[in-house]
Amino acid sequence: MEVMAKNSMKTVFKRTSVLKDCPTHYCPGCGHGIAHRLVAEVIDELGIQGRTIGIAPVGCAVLMYNYLDVDMIEVAHGRAPAVATGMKRTNPDRIVFSYQGDGDLAAIGTAEIIHAAHRAEQLTVIFINNAVFGMTGGQMAPTTMLGQVTATTPGGRQSNGQGYPLQISEILALLPGAVYVERCALSSVPRIQQAKAAIKHAFELQMQDAPGLSLVEILSPCPTYWRMSPSDAMKWIEEHMSQTFPIGRLKG
Amino acid sequence: MSERILMCGNEALAEAAIIAGCDAYFGYPITPQNEISAYMARRMAEEGRVFIQSESELAAINMVFGASATGKRAMTSSSSPGVSLMQEGLSYMAGAELPAVVVNVMRGGPGLGNIAPSQADYFQATRGGGHGDYRAIVLGPASVQELADCMPLAFDLADQYCITVMILADGILGQMMEPVVLEPKPRRKLPPKDWALTGAKGRPQNIVRSLWLGEGVLEALNNKLQARYKQIQENEVLCEEYRVGDAEIIVVAYGIVARIARAAVDQARDEGIPVGMIRPITLWPFPSEQISRAANPSQDGHAGPFPIFLTIEMSAGQMVDDVKLAVAGKAPVLFHGRPGGGIPAVEEVIEKIRQLTIHSARR
Repeated sequence: MEVMAKNSMKTVFKRTSVLKDCPTHYCPGCGHGIAHRLVAEVIDELGIQGRTIGIAPVGCAVLMYNYLDVDMIEVAHGRAPAVATGMKRTNPDRIVFSYQGDGDLAAIGTAEIIHAAHRAEQLTVIFINNAVFGMTGGQMAPTTMLGQVTATTPGGRQSNGQGYPLQISEILALLPGAVYVERCALSSVPRIQQAKAAIKHAFELQMQDAPGLSLVEILSPCPTYWRMSPSDAMKWIEEHMSQTFPIGRLKG
Repeated sequence: MSERILMCGNEALAEAAIIAGCDAYFGYPITPQNEISAYMARRMAEEGRVFIQSESELAAINMVFGASATGKRAMTSSSSPGVSLMQEGLSYMAGAELPAVVVNVMRGGPGLGNIAPSQADYFQATRGGGHGDYRAIVLGPASVQELADCMPLAFDLADQYCITVMILADGILGQMMEPVVLEPKPRRKLPPKDWALTGAKGRPQNIVRSLWLGEGVLEALNNKLQARYKQIQENEVLCEEYRVGDAEIIVVAYGIVARIARAAVDQARDEGIPVGMIRPITLWPFPSEQISRAANPSQDGHAGPFPIFLTIEMSAGQMVDDVKLAVAGKAPVLFHGRPGGGIPAVEEVIEKIRQLTIHSARR
């Protein structure tokens, strides 16, 4: 039997070595673990582990360099696209990506992401939208849904005074320097597969020297601060969040 | 090339940076240093190196952060309000132990202030500037030639100690034209940048970070940084002592003010007043020992009188604190300053020296 098994069985799936073999610090049901793995698998499949430089955000994924086995830097809140610009321009043959949350990219770092796209920087941006500031305790994010209760919107977010959910990917898609913008979600297996394909495309464009920025927005669950079970959080993305943040390709 | 050419300070330092091997320049327009970015835009393109006009000073310093993390020689330049915006990035780079060169062509403050020359950013520059316990090496050149000469030194010091080196100039130095000789300087023997993020091919992953959450880990990093700062204080102090041997009055001034003070010292000497000058060239590390020695002439074996110190600045009094710390109460330390863009005239400084002579005689 053993001999037969050796001869007839082949590996059809294995854990990517780009993801380190260690437990993460993420809450149960958090989307970061899935998103990390997708990024790791793509880097592995594209064979770019040895020439990739990643940028970890300030936020729940700040320790991303503990999980991904590539050269990585951790930068100030929101500044990843500027840091990435400095890296890529001085090292055009390297693959540079940033991994940023909604507070990082759509609040404090709005200028940096808009202008990196505006300058058509050849970067790959993975944008995790979980509609909340996770690490600091569940405060309102620019992408918080109307009516959503957070630590700083105890009565639910009201457009009058707290603004509307910011569709920053739609804004970025308007810029000629953004060559590819797609919004995905982690709410089901097919959606996760779709997200992986989008991430792969965003990296491939940089490898092909596409003339601009590629961004993949990922609607990602935060059961802890959505105050939901992990499965309800997945449903909330499908039924609620994706109404304000429509899933699909916005550009390219 | 060793010909003497006429250049303004801003352009001279830009060309000197290129000669020193600057791989990338990032900057945002602000007066009175705009000649640097205009010069860099043209010359860096000619050299096939990187020039980016950033969307803000915040972005500029973070672009420096990114380029530096990959092992490249990177710099930015700005003036006072813009340098305030860079403090976040400077703190992060200190924590991440990355080299960088930052030029501050100071102007009057606070706030938007004016575009006149100033030395009012001394505290910000020499005390780190951003949050956390850190320092930058601060150079205070006093001529266009010194501006050019301090650029290769700045890049070498930055690489040797993995630290930010700030050139603290002012609007006069940046704008004025003087003859300058630009030639390559031999580089120091520098440690390899084996920490650089270049892609992990054939080696373990490199990580550049300033977050250290484990108990005691950040304290250990701080202790390591402090040990490095001590080493810098021991090895890298630069200062000029001018006619101090028999001086009873010692003027302390840096940058363009030292040029004015030198003329005042010479004229006061012609009047028979025993006056000299100590000119710090590194503002951090500060030449405390040299000043302390001058304050205690009896230590040298000959019992001379304790001198009076007169610190002159284009500020309301910042470096004077360091002079007082160095003198440590052994001698009087007086101050004359012109804040908000005012420039002391030579006659104004001589008058202050004359007043001290009367004071000294009464003593």
